[in-house]
Amino acid sequence: MSAVVAEHDEHEHHDHGPMKGWLRWIITTNHKDIGTLYLVFSLAMFFVGGAMAMVIRAELFEPGMQFVEPQFFNSMTTMHALVMVFGAVMPAFVGLANWMIPLMIGAPDMALPRMNNMSFWLLVAGVLLLASTLFMEGGAPAGGWTLYPPLVLQTGKALPFAIFSVHLLGVSSIMGAINIIATIFNMRAPAMTLMKMPLFVWTWLITAFLLIAIMPVFAGAVTMLLTDRFFNTSFFDAAGGGDPVLYQHIFWFFGHPEVYVMILPTFGVASTIIPVFARKPLFGYSSMVYATASIAFLSFIVWAHHMFTVGMPIAGELYFMYATMLIAIPTGVKVFNWTATMWKGAMTFETPMLFSISFVVLFTLGGFTGLMMSIAPVDFQYHDTYFIVAHFHYTLVPASIFILMAAGYYWLPKWTGNMYNEKIGQLHFWLSVISVNILFFPQHFLGLAGMPRRIPDYAIQFADWNMISSIGGFIFGLSQLLFLYIVIDTIRGGTGEKVTDEVWEEASKHGLEWTLPSPPPYHTFTTPPVIVPSEHH
Amino acid sequence: MSSKDSYYIPSKATWPAVGTVGLVILLAGFANHLNGSSIGNPMMIMGFVIFIIMLAGWFSLQAFESESGMYNHQVGISYRLGMMWFIFSEIMFFAVFFGSLWYTRNLSVPWLGGEGTGAATKELLWPAFEATWPTNGPAHVGGEFEPMGAWGLPFLNTLILLSSGVTCTWAHHGLLANNRDQLIKGLIATVTLGVLFVMFQASEYHEAYTEMGLTLGSGIYGSTFFMLTGFHGLHVCIGAIFLMVVLFRSWKGHFKPENHFAFEAAAWYWHFVDVVWLGLFVFVYIM
Repeated sequence: MSAVVAEHDEHEHHDHGPMKGWLRWIITTNHKDIGTLYLVFSLAMFFVGGAMAMVIRAELFEPGMQFVEPQFFNSMTTMHALVMVFGAVMPAFVGLANWMIPLMIGAPDMALPRMNNMSFWLLVAGVLLLASTLFMEGGAPAGGWTLYPPLVLQTGKALPFAIFSVHLLGVSSIMGAINIIATIFNMRAPAMTLMKMPLFVWTWLITAFLLIAIMPVFAGAVTMLLTDRFFNTSFFDAAGGGDPVLYQHIFWFFGHPEVYVMILPTFGVASTIIPVFARKPLFGYSSMVYATASIAFLSFIVWAHHMFTVGMPIAGELYFMYATMLIAIPTGVKVFNWTATMWKGAMTFETPMLFSISFVVLFTLGGFTGLMMSIAPVDFQYHDTYFIVAHFHYTLVPASIFILMAAGYYWLPKWTGNMYNEKIGQLHFWLSVISVNILFFPQHFLGLAGMPRRIPDYAIQFADWNMISSIGGFIFGLSQLLFLYIVIDTIRGGTGEKVTDEVWEEASKHGLEWTLPSPPPYHTFTTPPVIVPSEHH
Repeated sequence: MSSKDSYYIPSKATWPAVGTVGLVILLAGFANHLNGSSIGNPMMIMGFVIFIIMLAGWFSLQAFESESGMYNHQVGISYRLGMMWFIFSEIMFFAVFFGSLWYTRNLSVPWLGGEGTGAATKELLWPAFEATWPTNGPAHVGGEFEPMGAWGLPFLNTLILLSSGVTCTWAHHGLLANNRDQLIKGLIATVTLGVLFVMFQASEYHEAYTEMGLTLGSGIYGSTFFMLTGFHGLHVCIGAIFLMVVLFRSWKGHFKPENHFAFEAAAWYWHFVDVVWLGLFVFVYIM
């Protein structure tokens, strides 16, 4: 990372500060406003999707049917996934990108501020359209978030709404990604060369390429679903010469890079936070960049490992098996780099660091189960069981979500100028890290024993682990209310302690954002900052 | 501080919100229409009108700001990056349909006919099915049809689109040489050729539906044929409208040899549409 001397002359530009009134939030083009909108919206969706997860865990608390109809249960698993992926995790990272990328590269704003506004509002429109399906005849989509035909074509009135919602979310993501690429390529301060950029910026640059490449693919796939259902086409119907497996190939060509869209910015934030609290520069900066790029490239050539049981030719099974295993190499580079960054560091354990360390440990665990499932013959046993549910929740909850929490604790003092309550933060961390393991670890056992996913009832031998998992789920869900409390409390003044520009000890060595006042003024870097390269690089 | 050194930041934007409202009404209306609800059509019309108003308003604003010299070199680069990556996303959208065509022709239809590991599938499901192309599947979905030939109208359309690429570049040379007459003539020729292409395409569709029995419902051949050519035709329309806006602005005296992003964007888009057509002509019509 580069040491930084910023020259900000905020006194010159007072012509447009924030507007008065609520209209400000609708027509704003300010990257900080839009970042805030994204973050608040994603936090709200985190609780909506979380409530759906609570319904799922309540129903699975005991064998037999307790609370909801099977159809509604399946709607819950489907909508929980869609809301969490497209409403919570992705927008949260776009929010961080909006807030932090201009501050980190010394830019005054995003490159295309009006499009930035539209991409946020299209996201809201898409999620509203999706949520409206919950109240429709025939219920919300219930065929799983992958929307596989022919099952999904049996959806009631909700189907076209769900499909158009995907289109809107896709347009929103593409606009956001184009904006991020244009910002990073065109708005960097002089001397902020590509290989001096913080890793969060790098990972987002690569993620943005993924998004532009895959969102149109998903849009095309759901468009074919729409025409198959309403316009007599036969893309996924063998009677007309089509193939339902074609949908799965297209979906996962989108879907596999999509899961990396959620994890690459996670890597970026972890690589930003860990060095600050280890008080060492990031170990292996350039290898981190190359590893991220390699993971992104590999993500495009491994998609059919989601379909090992679909009946592919043996050559396909073998190719996708070996290609998938390759991902472990760049991912291993990253895990070792984070560990080496902490090695002999003068570490302190504030809440952001706690979440980041537990991310490194638990994400690695999720990665290992991924490696298990990459082995095609073994995957026949794991496929569509709770083992895969445990796997991807380990890579999403204690990885992406934990790092989003870490990012919240790390940057809230910068955003608000107030310090959060460290005691409650630590309580939130310990409750989360213990309950998340009670919640998801038993699901490995359930899956290995053969419990299928997306079923509201189960055989009696799965009862104990399900009950334990549900208890963990309830504790985890309730613990997140602490985070909500801390966010609101910090915005309203927090501990009352005014934080410095740096907030964290010597943080300004690690990023340009810590050279700005806390909170930063409405417009920052209206003239480019001067960046002095440090000896670390 | 001169405008060259400072960044350009628009303070607020109302059109994005208007566009979002229009788009969501349009799509919700279309969904209602598909579900057989009578409020679908009025909603679609309303959403479409709002969307068009947004486009007109937003484009006028951009044109006004550009002509009043509010955009510096850096803003121009941002716009070019934006357009470039937007076209890349469009390429990926078409790649889905080309990929589907490739997959069905080379993998799933042969498997259905018993090739490779598909022997059991064929015997159990459709023993009489022979894998050929074009096909409307073992159930002959959509009934008898005649596939579209390549060397009639489609070949003419290929020539038309290729020439329109030439006239578009000729117009660009006119603009660069500050020759407004050549710019306008070139654009008129390009738009005319584009409109001609769409008209021929429409008559080809008409012939397919009325005389050849070839429809969107003609199994996988009809599905891929109409999806690929249909989305391409839609993009030709969008590109032609884009060029018309540029033509209108050229008439009004907009654009300078060193500053004409809208023209460049329209031209890039037009060439992209052109290249997609060449792919279509080879993979859909000839092969």
